This record gives sequence, structure tokens and C-alpha cells, in this order.
Amino acid sequence: MSEAARGVSEAGHRVKTSRSGSARLAYALLLPAAVLVFGVVLYPAGRALVISFYDVNSPFPGAYPFLGLANYAAVLSDGRVWTAAGHTLYFTVVSTAAELVFGMGLALLLAAPLKLRWLFRSIVILPWALPTIVNGAMWRLILNAEYGVLNAVLTQLGLADGYRSWLGSDPFVALNMVVAADVWKNTSLVAFFLLAGLSTIPRELYEAARVDGAGAVRSFLRITLPLLVPTVAIVLVLRTIEAFKVFDIVYVMTGGGPASGTQTITFFTYLQAFSSQRFSVGSALAYLTVLAVLALAMVYLRLLRQRST
Amino acid sequence: MSEPKGTSEPKGMLSRRELFRLSAVAAGAGILAGCDVAGGGGNAGGQGSGEGKIKALFMQQAAYSEADIRNMTADFQKANPKIQVEPTFVAYDALHDKIVAAAPAGTYDVVLIDVIWPAEFGTKKIVTEVSGDVPAAWQSGMLGGALTTAKYQGRFYGVPWILDTKYLFANTELLGRAGVDPVSLSTWDGVLAAARALKDKRVIEYPLLWSWKQVEALICDYTQLVGAFGGKFLADDGRAVAFNTGGGLAALEFMRRTLDEKLTNPNSLESVEDDVRKVFSEGGAAMAINWTYMVSAADDTANSKVAGKVAVLPTPSGPSGGPGVNGSMALSVTSGSRNQKAAWRYVSYLTSAEVQNKYAKNSLPCWAASYDDRKVVEANPKVVPVAKKQLASLIERPQVPRYNEISQLLQAEIQNALLGRKSPRQALDDAAAQAKPLVA
Amino acid sequence: MRYRVFIHAAALFASVVILAPFGWLAYSSLVGQSDLLARPLRWWPERVTLDRYREIFSADQGAAALFRDAVVNSFLVASGTVVISLVVGILGGYAVARLRFPLRRTTLLAFLVTYMLPPISLIIPLYLLMARFGLLDTRTGLIVVYCSLATPFTLWTMSNFFATLPVELEEAARVDGCTRLGALVRVILPLARPGIVATGLFAFLLCWDEFLYALIFTSTGNAKTIPVAIAEFTGRNAVDFGLIAAGGVLAALPPVLIALVFQRYLIGGLSTGSLKG
Repeated sequence: MSEAARGVSEAGHRVKTSRSGSARLAYALLLPAAVLVFGVVLYPAGRALVISFYDVNSPFPGAYPFLGLANYAAVLSDGRVWTAAGHTLYFTVVSTAAELVFGMGLALLLAAPLKLRWLFRSIVILPWALPTIVNGAMWRLILNAEYGVLNAVLTQLGLADGYRSWLGSDPFVALNMVVAADVWKNTSLVAFFLLAGLSTIPRELYEAARVDGAGAVRSFLRITLPLLVPTVAIVLVLRTIEAFKVFDIVYVMTGGGPASGTQTITFFTYLQAFSSQRFSVGSALAYLTVLAVLALAMVYLRLLRQRST
Repeated sequence: MSEPKGTSEPKGMLSRRELFRLSAVAAGAGILAGCDVAGGGGNAGGQGSGEGKIKALFMQQAAYSEADIRNMTADFQKANPKIQVEPTFVAYDALHDKIVAAAPAGTYDVVLIDVIWPAEFGTKKIVTEVSGDVPAAWQSGMLGGALTTAKYQGRFYGVPWILDTKYLFANTELLGRAGVDPVSLSTWDGVLAAARALKDKRVIEYPLLWSWKQVEALICDYTQLVGAFGGKFLADDGRAVAFNTGGGLAALEFMRRTLDEKLTNPNSLESVEDDVRKVFSEGGAAMAINWTYMVSAADDTANSKVAGKVAVLPTPSGPSGGPGVNGSMALSVTSGSRNQKAAWRYVSYLTSAEVQNKYAKNSLPCWAASYDDRKVVEANPKVVPVAKKQLASLIERPQVPRYNEISQLLQAEIQNALLGRKSPRQALDDAAAQAKPLVA
Repeated sequence: MRYRVFIHAAALFASVVILAPFGWLAYSSLVGQSDLLARPLRWWPERVTLDRYREIFSADQGAAALFRDAVVNSFLVASGTVVISLVVGILGGYAVARLRFPLRRTTLLAFLVTYMLPPISLIIPLYLLMARFGLLDTRTGLIVVYCSLATPFTLWTMSNFFATLPVELEEAARVDGCTRLGALVRVILPLARPGIVATGLFAFLLCWDEFLYALIFTSTGNAKTIPVAIAEFTGRNAVDFGLIAAGGVLAALPPVLIALVFQRYLIGGLSTGSLKG
């Protein structure tokens, strides 16, 4: 936003009616949204917080022993939690990084003078619209060890000696397959975000650079990337939050195996809360996850802001 | 992040003041919610009038089909016009969690429970104890293996309805090509020898296939072997784990050996029962263990290439005999039900010998006498003779309230051993160490 | 010239990578079971069939029929949520963008923090609440829950969007005698159309995609949504890959069509709604 525009909008504020009247109107306008969101979320969130301090091991109301922070201590000293946190972190970092890199490539292509650009744009939007559960089921069919098309392609092209298991033989391979499925779907959305960011960069900047003799690579590094930093920040925060909560695709593709190699924090939380009826441990885990996401989001924003100023 | 105009605070960062305000809001919510600690809304169930509406929760997987259950229900309503039943079907994977989530609200009156849940659901009072309602005649009329399905510490928490165990299925054509007589498959040693013969003669690359994905199915296969090798999950007093010694260890070593010798298809580690059924039906495995439903599936010419070439055998014996894993399920009345009387009538009807005999095609009856019923035998000529023998001896997975947690630990550690990341002994010792506090 | 060849080659390559899995899904839904299970795989099918689609559309009970119900449920739930969350998001977003009031930023942040809560932690208390109000296994119940997921998002993007629109137009309208709300409806909303459409599209896909709440809160064809139906489908029908594929194709069709129709708004909506401001 330019200085001129900022001045105008400051002026806009000054024209306003009395301050208290505007506050009353604001609260009235916000009320429906607040009722919808906090009416649904606040009570369960508060209860989950309370539950995390007790030892609630059945879904029924009742008097449960108060444990204070013991659940949090138990969670933090459970090796499985750290393993799952490691998987989650790996999933988050690798998938977000890959989505940013591929998404940038796609965004630049989408902005380039392509013939049939509308068609390419329609193709790129497809994976984003595919429901996650369908995406997981689709990749499970493709990666099937006995009848999957990936094995068939690799074998018939001579790139592999024979059929192999992608989701069952090696925990690390399986984790990467889940990452790949996620990247395939979500790169699409990232590309559109970055394209939107590209469209806000004034063309004159590139023209000026060209006059100064800068090549394509240099103007990308000097103009495009720095100006895309705010977009990248948003994408990073959004994707990090989503990746940290990853559940559906694991549920469909691997169920957490092999050897717990694809078990993520939310999946482990789900097992604790439902399968084991350790609701307190599950709630403690969930709150620790929120804290981690919040911290990560703030670190991102701070880093990116420092770089941009 | 966004920043509306006119504020001087740094963009996108939480200021201390905002953090304070947010935590104030959170604390407010906490106080609000703290008024009833884990509480609010628990419904005490009740007997009810014995009439009216009831809801029942089933699974749509093996055993009775959805159509079977709908037909049974229609018949029940004809006989009991004052009770309306609304059956609901979910995937097995969602069944346990659905029952737990619905318990405080009393959504369902009747639920189908797996053999591994009575301890958990009984002690947590999610389902009602029915010991007083079970007629003595039932206890003598039901097969021993079935009867224990819904029993925990001498109390009944439901009525057995689906009676199942894993049988050995063999592809007779492949066996024939390797010159293996199906009779030799009565022991696990025999199975191993047959697998080696099939492999040596290049009849098939991997003769064996299992359901070893990291889910409950893995424990079912493991349990079957634990029984054969004379192992135990728990010490006799039920207060210590015992699977990491003796037969429990031998069973896992056996599993690992079949992988090391490349007799077991490594894809077993991502397979569940339905994957096994599919590969076997395509002729991709010579031998596999699976539930009763595979009998009709593998012999169905429309969906199977091996129809007519399937031998159904009792589970092979090890040094300690050949008990099959108890994979039964029972129908229970929930504690939250406000119409328990009507629910009980429905349960009694579905579990009766007449109904079970009528629908024996997809699931064998729990009643001893049924196995001499001509119609039951005719519906399942291949399984009934084997079942009669097999169902007499079943092995249970541990009956403890925190079974699911133990199972999860075991699944992970067994896979560690199968993938060669740990020795079987190490894996089971690790599992035992983690499981110890869960049984005490 | 070399640049033009390069970008077209790259676009072609990207298209293949994106379309191949889709193509395989569609192909699997149309060819015979034996073609899918052949080893080595045949690339030219022996049998092409619409049987699975016919089964899904004609079955009167069981998984296939449930699937049909689920498409309808997903559509109604997603549409209802989009409408409601857009309306309240527009009102709230306008307040955040244009009005000054105490706790403005805190309010916005509080909305955004709810977006970070994993559904797992809320699900049991929420189940009880819904049971108390008779909302379990109803589409209304799902709409209520989904509105709580979608509204923080709509409110945030709409507030950013409004902030980019010049204030003068609004003021001109108010000088002409419009109330604030009148100006919002007559002047701001028409200008904000791309943003509204893009935000609505996001909300729609969010609902179409949601799995965990739907898994626990629904149990019959009354309210089960597509992701739940698909998950059950894949769990049970490991035998017929083709049927899973057909289900997947049908589940993907509505959101894909909607995304294609509204895509031209997406760039404009994204660039002003979430990036500027």
C-alpha cells in the first residue's frame, strides 16, 4: 500500500462518526461471527484444557483425579511423542519446502506468455480441488505393492528390477510417499497464492531492471523474490498450520505404519484419545501442538519481517 | 499477515498485551468449562417401556452383510410391531471410536463390540452387564469359544453373535505343482516345508501371505502363532506381561524366519485381511490364514481366479497345538440407552439360534447344536467340518481394560522386528517394558 | 525463442505430472477388474465398462447408495456453510477493516487462534454439546461446526479485502444519504465480488474436504459426507479397485467443476484478500 493511499485511509477514519457509536456498530457486526465461532469452539476448548489437568479415562462426566501438569510431563517424556513429533516436523518442513519450490515454478509458468494459458491454469487448479481423502485413496491405488501402476511403469521402463512395496517395507520410504502425495495436491494452492503475489508486483520494476541490463535470473532474485516475501510468509504460516495438523492422509494411506514410521502428532493424539480413551493425555498433546504451531508461526513472521526491512 | 490501517503495533506479532488478553479469554473459557470437570450432559440410561425406537450400531465388513442385518431387523419388527429399530453401519475401523464418542449421549441402544473390548467397555460402564439376563440354557448351549467373547472377570457384557477365527487357506493347484499334499499342512512345520518346496520349484516367488499391516489384524495373526507355540500374553495372575518369553517369542521368531527365507511376501506388512483375500483370489499366494468370509469369497467365480481350487484347513499346529485366534464379536446394550428393555429384546432375537442358522452363509452360528443342523452344514459345506474342530479351541488376546494401548505397542514393536530394525527378542522386551504399567 | 520453447515444454511436463494420477484414477474406474490386476500391466484394456457408475447410481442400499446420499449431503453442508460464513464474515470483516473499537486486533487474533486448534482436542466435548441440542447425524449440526471452521477464515480475508477498497466511494454514498450498512451493500459488496467468490470457493473446499468431525458426528445417510463415505469405501472394498476409483472420481467432480468455473476470480481474490492490506 502506497503512502498516498495510507493517507487517504487515515483521512477516512477521521470522517467517522463518534467513536463509541462506531464501537457499538463494530460489536454488533462482529456478534454473529463471534457467536458462530466461539459458541462452538470456546466451551470445548476450555473443557479440553481443564481435562488436560485431570486423569479422564472415560467419556463420561464424573470425578476424576486431579493431576496438575503431570499429563504434560508424561507426554513430554514419552519417546513415542518425540518420534511422532519428528515425523510431523519432517513432514512439515519437507512438504512445505517442496510446495514452495514447485509452487514458485508453477506460478512463474502461469504468469508466462503461454499459449493455451487458460487450459494450463485449469489443469494446475485440479489437485487443489481433489478432496484429501480421495487423494490418499488414489495414491494408495497407485502405490499398491501388488497391482499398483507405479510399480508397473518403473518395471516396464526398466527403472526397477521388480515390484516393491512403497508403503510397507521401509518406514522412511512410506513417510516420503505420504509427503509426495501431500505435495502433489497442495503445490497447486501454493502456486495460486504465489501467482497472486506476482500479480501485485508492478511491471515497471522489471522494465527498469531490463534497461539497467539485468537478466531474467537477476531480476528474479532482485525483484521478484524480495517482493514475494509477504506472500511466502502467508503461505508458510498457512501450510505449517495445516501440515502440523496432518491427519486425514495418514489415516487413509498408511494408518501410521509401518513400524509407526508415518505416525504424526495428530494421529498419535487420535489414538491416545479415542482408541486408548486417555482423553487427558490427548488434550495435553493437543495443547502442546497448538503452542508449537503458534511459536513456529511467530518465528516465521519475525524472520521474514527482519529480512524484508 | 494483514494489518488494518491506523494502528502502530508491529505487524503480525503478538504484543504482550494481546497475549495477556488472549489468555484472559482462554482462562474465562476454562472457568466456564471447569464448572463440570469432565462433565455435562452424561445421560443415565434406563430400562424404558420395552417399546418405541432403538438405534443399533453395526459394522459393514466381514460376517453378516448389511442386507442380512436389514432382513433380520425387518423380521424382528414384524414380530415386535411396537419396537422400531434403526440400524446404522460404519467401517470396523470407526466402530470403537464411534461407540466411545456416542456413549455419554446415549446415541445407540445396541452396539456390536469386538472380543477385545468387553474389559474396556465393561469397566468404563459403556455397556451394561447382562449376566443376570443370560439364561443358563444359553451358557450350556453356546460353544465355549463363543461364550467368552463378551465375558470379563466372570461377568457377561453382551451376547456373542459373530463367531470367527482364522483358518488356513491353500491354493490346491499351486500345491499340486510342487507336489505338496494338503494333509501335510496340519502343522506349521509342514507349512514351512511346503513353502520351501513351492519356492524351490519356482512355483511361486512368495508362497505365504499375511495380514501384517500395523493394525489389529497383525495381532490376530501373531496370536494364532502364539497359541501354536504355547505362548501367553499375560502371566497367570494377569498382572504381568509374558509375551516376551517362550512361545510369544518363538511365534515372532517364526514370523521373522519366513521373511528372512523369503517365503513370506514382504507386502504382508502393508496388507490387511481384504488385501490377503484379493491377492489369494488372484492366485498370488499359495497359503494364507484368514477369517471365514474368505471361504465364499475365494470360491466365487466372479471375483476369484482360484475358485474351485481352494482348500480350507484348520489352523496348523505348533508344539502346543493349534488354537485359532478368537475373532468373535458380541451385541451389547449400552448403559446410556433409555430403552434397554427393547434393546435387550432385539439382541436376544438377533443372537437366537434360529436367526443365526438362517443366515449361516456369511457367519457361523455361536450355538453348538447348529453345527449338526442340516441347513447350516449345507450352506457352508467347506467350513462347517473344519469349524467344528477349530472352534473347540480358541486363544484369546489379553482381556484387560487397557488392551488397545498394549496392542498398539505390540503392533509397532512386532513390525520393528519384522522389518529387521530390532531382533525379535529386543522388540518384545521393549514392548513388554512399555506394556508393564498397563496391566498392573 | 528458446525461452518460449522452454516455458511450453515445462508447462507440458507439469501438466503431465498433474494429470497422470487423475488419468489413472479415471481409467481405473472404467476398465475391467482383470485389466487392473494384470501383471505385467496391460496398457490397452480388454474391457471398458460403466458398471461401477451404474452400480453407484442405481443401488438402493449399501455402500453405493450411501455414496449417492453423501454427495448430496456434502453439497448441502458445504453450500450452507459457505452462505452463512460469508455473510457473517463480511459483516465482521467490514467492522475490522473500517471501524475503530477497543480490542480490535485481539478480536481478530482470537478468531485466528481457533483455526490452529486441532479438531481432535474439541471433538468429545463438542459431541456432547451436539447431542444435547439434537444435532448429531444431522446436516444442520455439521453446518454449525463447519461454520466455526470457515468463519475465522472468511472474516480474515474479507477484512483484508475491504481494507484495500477506497473509502471515498463509501463516503460519497453516505453523503447521498446511505447508512453504513446501506453503503456496504450497495457500494462495497459489488466491488468486492472477486474477493467474495474466492473466499467462498475456499470455504466450500474446506467443507468438502473435512473428515474427522464428519467421521465422528455422522452415522447414517442422513448426514454422512463424501470423505467419510470414501474412507469406508476404501476400507471395505479392497477387492474392487475400480469401485474405489469410481467413487473417487465422483467425489472429486463437484469441487473440481466449481473450482474451474470460479477460477478466474481466484487470482484477483487471493491477491487482494490475503496478500495486501
